[in-house]
Amino acid sequence: MDGIIKILYDMSASMILPTTAAFVIAAIGLNVHFGFTGLLNMGQAGFMLIGAYGFAISIGAGLPFWAAFFIAIFAGIAFALILGIPTLQLRGDYLAIVTIAAAEIIRMVGRASILNDITGGSNGLTGESFRNPFAEMSLFGDGQTQILWFEFDNTGVNGWWSRAVTWFMVFLFAAIVWLLMRSPWGRVIKSIREDEDAVRSLGKNVFSFKMQSLVVGGVLGAIGGVMFILPTSLQPDAMGRNMTFLIWTAMLLGGAATIFGPILGSIVFFALRLMVQGTMRLIVPDAWMNIQQTEQFSWIMVGVALMLLVIFRPQGMIGNKKELNFNV
Amino acid sequence: MPTQDIAISLTDVDKRFGGLRAVKNVSMEVRAGERVSMIGTNGAGKSTLFNLIAGVFPVTAGSVSMFGSVVTKQNTAKRARNGLARTFQTSRLFEQLTAAENVFIALGGRGLGWKSIFPASRLAQKWTRVAQLLHTVGLSTEGDRRVADLSHGEQRQLELAMALAADPKILMLDEPAAGFSPAERQQLVAMLTALPADITLLLIEHDMDIALQVADRVIVMHDGSKILEGTPDEIRASQVVRDIYLGGGHA
Repeated sequence: MDGIIKILYDMSASMILPTTAAFVIAAIGLNVHFGFTGLLNMGQAGFMLIGAYGFAISIGAGLPFWAAFFIAIFAGIAFALILGIPTLQLRGDYLAIVTIAAAEIIRMVGRASILNDITGGSNGLTGESFRNPFAEMSLFGDGQTQILWFEFDNTGVNGWWSRAVTWFMVFLFAAIVWLLMRSPWGRVIKSIREDEDAVRSLGKNVFSFKMQSLVVGGVLGAIGGVMFILPTSLQPDAMGRNMTFLIWTAMLLGGAATIFGPILGSIVFFALRLMVQGTMRLIVPDAWMNIQQTEQFSWIMVGVALMLLVIFRPQGMIGNKKELNFNV
Repeated sequence: MPTQDIAISLTDVDKRFGGLRAVKNVSMEVRAGERVSMIGTNGAGKSTLFNLIAGVFPVTAGSVSMFGSVVTKQNTAKRARNGLARTFQTSRLFEQLTAAENVFIALGGRGLGWKSIFPASRLAQKWTRVAQLLHTVGLSTEGDRRVADLSHGEQRQLELAMALAADPKILMLDEPAAGFSPAERQQLVAMLTALPADITLLLIEHDMDIALQVADRVIVMHDGSKILEGTPDEIRASQVVRDIYLGGGHA
């Protein structure tokens, strides 16, 4: 019984984690790329990582919070432009290849020991080196607060302050994307997803619209990266290929090309994974599968789930099947 | 020599797809405001020629001019902004958007870029124009329906509205009557004849009645080459055209 309560507590706690919210922000960005524009960005974790580095290194250099935050945004914009200029003129597959490679380049460069003094090499940067300016902005003061069955520090490393800010951002960005996609600009973006040659024959500069979309989604990725490291630390390997595919799975699970899909998908995704892991730990004897193995098993299930989703329910939980097709 | 009065001018245009020579050394001129039909059997190179004029793919040899300036190297979007509108042989619509939204996207001019994300009153004028265009093609009541839910005929009509939306100087229609009922065909002819006189019309059409009714001049394509050019009456009387269409000597 205690075991089940613990699983339920872990699941509910994961739903409000600031890292879950940061993940959602990156997923909203990927949804702008893939769901609305049809861009196959296979390196969203690279956008997160470059934003995270931009932020953490700037704070380390003594810049104030907002300056570092804007540097992270500019890093995302620059990364989008560098990727987009050579590839957005080409067929969609090429963007996929280039983004997956570029994200790996960012991670490998960050890990390089020659940059130890700046990026911390493969150890990354500790949370203390960049989180204080954010904590100092807290409106919640000291102490602890209990809401429902959750009790956390008001400010702390991983407290209510970072939860409030990151989830506020999630809903702010969801609202911005909603406004963008119902504007005339958003209509052109969606029509590019449907048939970009037809959009060209209507006299629109498809390249420029795709570039704008890549920048918008990339900036959301970079902000997601900043918020992802604030309650923890900057680990380059935490934002590698795995991260990109987790974001894809969460976005597809919720429903691409919808506003709430990435939010719902991420929350359900993390909760479900904890449920699989927790249940396995409870019912499978250690002799069959130990704790590390149940965790690995739960990640294997993520891969299986992604395949099943794309095959049987490409529209996800709340998407529209007609609106989403995978013919790239 | 190309001048301002010549809307479209092709000089020795050739197009190869690998080993296939789809268009062979075609030269032609269409005067501004002229109505020209292109006829010919399937595979004659009509649609390829359209795509070359619209800039969908580059010519292998030869040059293309619009209103006296050479556009051979210009991309599709640029040619479209310079006044060329076209429809496709098979509908290329944005199926998940409504009919009105499709026309809105096709509207020329500014107002779709970044600034469009802020609500502005000038958008109201654009929606009025959309309603007018839908009315012109007989879709007044279908504006709010998703394109995927429209009938085939309605989709073809919508394409016309979109082609007209940019106030084109040159209108190129690729088999606009395909799949139309006889009644819809008559509507189409009425609409095409009612087009403003300054619009240059280039039409690909398999329905000979429509092709000959609408046109001032007819160009006959066969096997990648232009084989005949003349008034509708001359074409009607031509033995060559009869042979091609009825499976005579050329087929």
